[in-house]
Amino acid sequence: MPATLLQKVWDAHTVRKLPNGQTQLFIGLHLIHEVTTPQAFDMLRARGWHVRFPERTIATVDHIVPTRDQRRPFLDVMAEDMFSALERNCRDEGIRLFDMTTGSQGIVHVIGPEMGLTQPGMTIACGDSHTSTHGALGAVAFGIGTSQVRDVLASQCLAMEPLRVRRILVRGRLARGVYAKDVILEIIRRLGVKGGVGYAYEYAGDTVERMSMDERMTMCNMSIEGGARVGYVNPDQVTFDYLRGRRFVPQGDDFEKACRWWSSMASDANAGYDDEVEIDAAAIRPTVTWGINPGQSVYVDEPLPSPASAAQSERAGIDEALSFMGLAAGSRIRGTRIDVAFVGSCTNGRLSDLREAAKVIRGRHVAPHVRALVVPGSQPVRLAAEREGLDRIFIDAGFDWRGAGCSMCLAMNPDKLEGREICASSSNRNFKGRQGSPTGRTLLMSPAMVAAAAVAGEVVDIREFVNGD
Amino acid sequence: MAIEKIQRIEGRGLPLPGDNIDTDRIIPARFLRAITFEGLETHLFEDDRKQLAAAGSIHPVADPKYAGATILLVNANFGCGSSREHAPQAIRRYGIRAVVGESYSEIFFGNSVALGMPCVTTDHSSLAELMQLVGKDPGLQLVVDLEAMRVSAGEKSFTVALPSTARESFLDGTWDATGLLLDRFEEVEAVAEALPYVSGSWR
Repeated sequence: MPATLLQKVWDAHTVRKLPNGQTQLFIGLHLIHEVTTPQAFDMLRARGWHVRFPERTIATVDHIVPTRDQRRPFLDVMAEDMFSALERNCRDEGIRLFDMTTGSQGIVHVIGPEMGLTQPGMTIACGDSHTSTHGALGAVAFGIGTSQVRDVLASQCLAMEPLRVRRILVRGRLARGVYAKDVILEIIRRLGVKGGVGYAYEYAGDTVERMSMDERMTMCNMSIEGGARVGYVNPDQVTFDYLRGRRFVPQGDDFEKACRWWSSMASDANAGYDDEVEIDAAAIRPTVTWGINPGQSVYVDEPLPSPASAAQSERAGIDEALSFMGLAAGSRIRGTRIDVAFVGSCTNGRLSDLREAAKVIRGRHVAPHVRALVVPGSQPVRLAAEREGLDRIFIDAGFDWRGAGCSMCLAMNPDKLEGREICASSSNRNFKGRQGSPTGRTLLMSPAMVAAAAVAGEVVDIREFVNGD
Repeated sequence: MAIEKIQRIEGRGLPLPGDNIDTDRIIPARFLRAITFEGLETHLFEDDRKQLAAAGSIHPVADPKYAGATILLVNANFGCGSSREHAPQAIRRYGIRAVVGESYSEIFFGNSVALGMPCVTTDHSSLAELMQLVGKDPGLQLVVDLEAMRVSAGEKSFTVALPSTARESFLDGTWDATGLLLDRFEEVEAVAEALPYVSGSWR
């Protein structure tokens, strides 16, 4: 019987039906970091349990890592405590930790694919909602809470509800200046921030098939912003080419065999879906968020919504967002003055993102009133960028060139907004206070748009910006 | 592991209106810089509370008239955003034992089940009425009844919903899943061994 990737992966990992009707699902790869796990290890110890499959859990440190001075001990005592707790827990339980000394440290959702830990057909869990990123390689990957981290440590399993599958068919050529980030922001705007609750999003169609692995990761990363805990792309030649030769990927004959198994896990051509949506990629324009959730976005040349012309149920939300952002109903986002520009995060902190931003700023300079920083998603991304000379381009343009980490995406480290600052950001969330200042404001956009805004000192339309070159 | 059965929760209500209240608002990320969950409740909605106070208003969580409330009333997509269990932990530690809302993010819902804090749903108009009743009379006794699947507020009573799996877990006291997952562990090992990426034998 034809099946979707989700169904096949689910079936291959099902241990049994639990008495309450949930499925006991085996987790193939468990990724952990310093923020959501110390309590889970405590819970484990309190019950006298140990990690059952220590080789299937991989740790790194990302959220609290300072990006300027990464020497130990960290100046920030609390950050040092959290890191030390992770080190201790990993040592006690025999878990591999990729810290700064390994050259492989970075944002957990960047390093998993980078090292080939993430593979098609796997189930992947991590105490972090952006775990959906790994779905770009054809895995079923989702975020979990700390009690569930405890469950995976103790049993390598989770008690799960089945998910429905919505296929999102993206068709057509993207216009110049339009990126995967714009596509996912479009999908979230169209389907809503809670439209995906209960669903896995399968991204398909020729636009997605033409996308690189980095672009697919940007799309899958933000599935959760649309309410979908899981987002994935069926594995194909792009996936296999990406994986070939990576550290944890089978080598030699085994690689060809693995490709066959991975292919067999892709959705069948005639699989049935619970829902299907089509997106015309050619119609998408560069997109910027104006509000306090990622669904509140406009094309850069479109007016902001006005509560008066919105549906009754939307009015309060629009009002609250405009007032927090200090933006006027019906005004244009283009021309909004920015204070900070941030290129980085698990959404857009990969080499291709840095290249796109560098293209825009080459030979230009950051506006005098703008604080601009580039934070590579991992140590290998940083090294690869330096080998290409991207660091010089950024530094010459007036950007700070930093060490790998989550940085200003969520400001659990020294990188944060101050007061009412407005940040043009390549990250994933524009929630109130997200970037570290309770009143700070975030405008989400593609890395190229962030770079252009950094130079202009205000939100610009990348299409015109590059034209006027 | 024998744990507490949760069938019925009684207490006063705490209305917290608004859609899409995200976990960064429930507990801002800077308070996640700790290795335990202790004391999180003191920072529950801290930024929202401060901003409302500065504007001469008061956040329901800080409002003395709702002090001691155990049943939180919310609107749609509550707990969206980050997977941080710190959010339901802060709410639970503040004293909330059940949530009645229009809808929840999946991860928030699952985290709450694992803490033994049921999140039941009802429609927009029932919630509006519940919030209004509690707003008028904060001393009003609410009852969330997971057997009857109703929430009552004084004379009024409303139907609520909860996925059958979560309901079963609360009613038979199996909402802490780890023990169950460790039963019949040989079945887990068999599933693992059949996966080529675990066994290393690619077919």
